[in-house]
Parts: sequence; structure tokens; C-alpha cells
Amino acid sequence: MSPERRLRVLIAKPGLDGHDRGARIIARGYRDAGFEVIYTGVHQTPQQIVSAAIQEDVDLVGLSCLSGAHMYLFREVVKQLAEKGAHDITVIGGGIIPPEDIPRLKEAGIREIFLPGAPLEKIIEWTKENVKPSKMPI
Amino acid sequence: MSHICSEMRKGVAGRMFDSLGDERKGDAMFSNKTLNEVRQGMKKWLEEVKGFTSDFPGKRRFSTISDLDIDPIYTPENITGLDFATDIGYPGLYPFTRGCQATGYRGKVWTFRMFSGLGGAEDTNQRWHQLLAEGETGLSTAFDFPTLMGYDSDSPKATAEVGKCGVAIDTLADLEVLTKNIPLDKVTTSMTINPPASVLWAMYLVAAERQGVSWDKIGGTIQNDMLKEFIAQKTFMCPPEPSIRLISDTIEFGTKYVPRWNTISISGYHIREAGATAVQELAFTLADGIAYVQDVIERKKLDVDAFAPRLSFFFDSHMDFFEEIAKFRAARRMWAKIMRHRFKAKNPRSWWMRFHTQTAGCSLTHQQPYNNIVRTTTEALSAVLGGTQSLHTNSFDEEFALPTELAATIALRTQQILAEETGAINTIDPLAGSYFVEALTNQIEDEAWEYIKKIDAMGGMLAAIARGFPQKEIATAAYKFKRQVDNLERVVVGVNKYVAKEEAPIEFLKIDERVEAEQIKRLQKVKRTRDNRRVALTLNNLRVACQSDKNVMPYVIEAVKTYATEQEICDVYREVFGEYQDPGFY
Repeated sequence: MSPERRLRVLIAKPGLDGHDRGARIIARGYRDAGFEVIYTGVHQTPQQIVSAAIQEDVDLVGLSCLSGAHMYLFREVVKQLAEKGAHDITVIGGGIIPPEDIPRLKEAGIREIFLPGAPLEKIIEWTKENVKPSKMPI
Repeated sequence: MSHICSEMRKGVAGRMFDSLGDERKGDAMFSNKTLNEVRQGMKKWLEEVKGFTSDFPGKRRFSTISDLDIDPIYTPENITGLDFATDIGYPGLYPFTRGCQATGYRGKVWTFRMFSGLGGAEDTNQRWHQLLAEGETGLSTAFDFPTLMGYDSDSPKATAEVGKCGVAIDTLADLEVLTKNIPLDKVTTSMTINPPASVLWAMYLVAAERQGVSWDKIGGTIQNDMLKEFIAQKTFMCPPEPSIRLISDTIEFGTKYVPRWNTISISGYHIREAGATAVQELAFTLADGIAYVQDVIERKKLDVDAFAPRLSFFFDSHMDFFEEIAKFRAARRMWAKIMRHRFKAKNPRSWWMRFHTQTAGCSLTHQQPYNNIVRTTTEALSAVLGGTQSLHTNSFDEEFALPTELAATIALRTQQILAEETGAINTIDPLAGSYFVEALTNQIEDEAWEYIKKIDAMGGMLAAIARGFPQKEIATAAYKFKRQVDNLERVVVGVNKYVAKEEAPIEFLKIDERVEAEQIKRLQKVKRTRDNRRVALTLNNLRVACQSDKNVMPYVIEAVKTYATEQEICDVYREVFGEYQDPGFY
């Protein structure tokens, strides 16, 4: 038996923004690529996302925000994950993100930002290369 | 080439009139003699082009952006059953395929209505005055997310969202600043607001009253369309059933006291932006419209003709030029049939579908953003050729942030150039009679009826939403489109073809972080200076009204006058009606 399990991904929509087309497409793309996917639905607080990530034992959290509140919301998710000791969960993001914000988000621990138009293939490739199932199968 | 012959569409033979009554007189537009000649000519032509088309470049598919297959040419054969009088007709006359206004744009050019809102009320008031000075003819308010969701600027849920995607409005005091020196009896205002629509409308009504303008003199629109929120835009608060009740309350109130106000804008825009096809956008919007009309008739016992003339619509104008024109024409014709035959409306005004259009935000690209000006231009032209009453053109920088003044001005100028320079307004419904456009109009109508039939069979739109039907249909269409773009089956210039080696940075708008702190300060000042006993009393009266079947509007207006905040009023709704949780279909 392989010690590796399938990667578990949480796609989350933080904040009040309801634009979920991107999030839904990414969730489906991951699912079709063989990942286990949990989609939170819209209007999640950072706390709700962090507790879902820990409870669901995910390897990756993908955040999507189109409202302009990403600087606060994305960093808050990373901060609260760290506070709960969940440093091993990779966080990535996407949405309407001005280019100048990207370095600051990366500094705060968001591993990668995917901008509008990024092909699904590219996001999935990146995930396979950069995220490894860190835990043994349950 | 053979697939073209076999797929040659059969005019309107398959059209559905079962629930609508066949109105056609049976006089087809083309004689049998003409049709025979066309068939023979077509056969000859196909023989002739065989040699050229055998090595047709890559044997690629030619289809609309919504994935409808398109033939190389269209002839009378594609519209054999079309009847001029009953299917096309004249502008201002049933079935309104050619427009609701008899004089088209010759009588009145569409309203240039630019959606705008940013920062605090004062910032937006300034932008509005500037847009009016530049020749805009109607106002349209974009609210920030906390306002859209019924939260005050000092709510923890509002952190980092205040003034970002639009203007922050917490109390009547903000709305008074927003409308300062705007003559509310002369300018019409559209407010894109949904779950808290009753609250923002009440604020506007009171602000008008305080300007000395009576309610029968003001005009405008509240979006107030919750079904499309559950289906697509996901700005929701209470569950569907009480949400519909609040909408019927506003429609009833408007019918009685604010006769020039459009109390709902039944919106396909957000459905399309969420990834729907043109047919889905049209079908789901009409099915939503049916649900609202049904509810007002049943719940309020109003005669359909009492309120139907004030129903308005809102569509997207996407990149596929002809598909959009066909969609707009089909939309008017379908709504006219629905109102006349399904709801037995007698007043021709009830048969009208008046609509606002916005160019497709989802078609704009982050890459090479100046190209977005061109996209918006062709989309706007589709809307104009489709006969829109009102238009918003997106700014090229909206993939980055809210538009700068320069970008918003170019977008407005785009409309002015179309209206003043291109000649597009000279004749009404200029594409009528085009074999292609008429055939496509019929096809879109037929496919939309199929959806409406399915939704009727489920028990109507509320039942369809409960089982996730429209949500899943849209999710599938959105995913399919994304795969097509990723696989290069569809080209998006600058994204998957003609990609720039290096993207030149552009200037875009940043909302000052101080806006949030200042707005919270303003809100707290209002809370300190108002009469809190009166606030509590009016909120309690509203609670009691919500628990009964009384119309909530008079109670919301009373609460607004005491400077009760938007969230305080919405919290009453949440408490009485509960909150809706996103089922998260994908």
C-alpha cells in the first residue's frame, strides 16, 4: 500500500464577496485531476476557513477574493493557521489582485498567487510540484 | 461540408407555442416557389464550394461563445415559418421583437447610465457630479460589500471591505450626502442592491422627501432580485421564501405610492457573469420573472396590469456579437408572450420588456488591459443593435480595481461615439430580416422555452433553486468554457494567444485605507446623536410587521427616519426570517 494519500484541497471564499465563478471552476478542476476537494461556499470568515482546514485535514487551502479585501483576508487566514500550529498547510490565492500586492502577500506566507486567465493545468501542475501529502493516511 | 446540410436548421418548425397559443396567421414570408429556388441554389452552391472546403483550415468548429453551432450561410430556408406580422412586426407593437418604443432611438437615445460608487458617500457624490457634467443621463450606484450584505461599516465582517467595491452607506445621513445637490426629480437613480433593497430604497424616499420632492416625481430602480442571487451572484441574507415576500412588499408599495419607480430589475447579468450561456441567461431570467409575477398576484392579490408595467430587466452583453443581438430580440418577444398569454395581462405596457444592459465584465482581461476598450465597444454595439433602453459600459481597468476617472470617461465616451457618430441609431432594429439573426433569434427562443418548461415541471424557480438546478447548469457551462479556453478551442486575445512577453503596468485606482476608519467615525457619531429610544421602538414595530403579513415598507421608512442603521434593520430580518447558507454547488 502506498503511504501517500490523495491530496486534500480546501477551496474557500473569504469575506463578503460572492463572485465564486473562479472558485467553483478551480474546485472542479482539482476534483477532475484526482484531488479530494472541499468547497466552503461563499461568505466565510478567516476563522471558519481555518477551522474547516484543520478539521478536514487538508494539505492545501486555495483562497479566492475579487473584492479588494485580499490583503487583510488572505494574511489573516495564514496568520490564524500558524496560531493553530497548522504551518504545514500550504495557502495559495487568486482573484482580482493588483500586481504590486503579490510580493507582500508572498512575504506574509501565501505561497503563490494565480491571476485571472491562469490555466487550470498550470495551477494543478504547481500543486503537484509544491504540495506533498504530509501526513499518513487516516 | 456534409454536416452543414444535415444540420441545416429547419426554420421555426420546432417552435413551442403549446402553452402560448399559436398566433401565427400561417402566411409564411417566402413562397414555395422561392423556397424551392433557394434549395436548388443551395445545392449548387454546396457543390461549387466542395473543392475549397475539403481542406478547410483545421476543420475547426464555428460556434458562438455559448457553444451554439453556426452554419456558413443562412437563407430563407432557415426561417421558412417566420411570419412578419406575428414574429417581427413593428417597434412599439406586440410582440416587441423590434423594441418597446415606437420611435426607437430616434425618439430618445438609450440612457447612458454608468455604474459608479467608491469610498465614502462624499467621494461618490463628487464622481456623480463629474459624470453628469460629462453628459451622463442617469445615475447608478455601486455599493460596497458590507452595504450589499446588510452589514454596517463597524461590523467585524466588514473589515477591509468598506468603500472598496463601491460606496459605503450605513444610515440615512450617508444617503443624504450621496444625493447632495442632485435634483432627484430630474435625474433617475438605479441602486444595485438586493437583500437590503427595502432599506436603501426607504433611505432614498426619505432623502427625496427632505429635498422637497414628492414620491410621485422620483424615478429610478432598485435591483431587488433575490432569485438570481441564489442562482448566481451569491449576495444573499435570508432564505428564498421570505426574500420573495420582501420583494413583493416593495412591488406593492411602489405600485401604490411611487408610481415611476422600477421596484425590481430582473437580472440576467449576474447569471451570465457566473458562467451561464446566453440561452441560460435568458431562460433563468424569464423564469425568475415568472416567479415574481406569480408571487405578487397570489400574495398581494394585485391585478397583473397594476404592477407589471414597472417590472424592468437587466442583461449582459457578451463578446459574441450576433448571439447577443438575437438574445435581446428573443427576450422581448418571449416576455410579451408570457405576460399576454400566461398571465393574461391586458395592458400593452405589461407586455413590454424594458431592460438595462451592461457589457460583460467577465470578458475583460487582466492581460493587455487596453484591449478591453475594444471588447466593451463591440459589446455595447450589440446592446444598441439589440435595442437596450439603458447601458453601462465597463472601464478597461476593472480587472484591477474600480475604474479611474480617465477609464470611466473613456467608457462613457464609447457610448457617446456609438450614439453620435456611427449611425447605429438611425433605423430601428436594423438587423431584422437578416436570415441569420432571425434564425438565431428563433433558436435562442426555442432553447430558452425548453428550460422554462423544465423549470415549470420542477414546480417553478424556487423549487428548481432548492434542488440546485440552475446553479449546476451554470457551473457546468462555466467549467466547459474554461476548458475550451485552456485547450485553445476558444481564443482570448492576450490570454491564450497573442500573449505579450511583458505586460506594461497601468495606473489604477486605490481606495485610501482611511476611508474605512472615517466611515466608522461618521457612523458612530450618528449613533451618538440620534434618539436611541425611537430607534428601538421603530425596530420593534418592524419586527412585529415582519412576523405578520403586513407590508414592511412603512415600518422600514419609519426606522430609517430615526437613523436606524442598515444593519440594525437587516438584523431584524435575519432574526425573524433566518439566514441562508450557501449550499456550495460546483
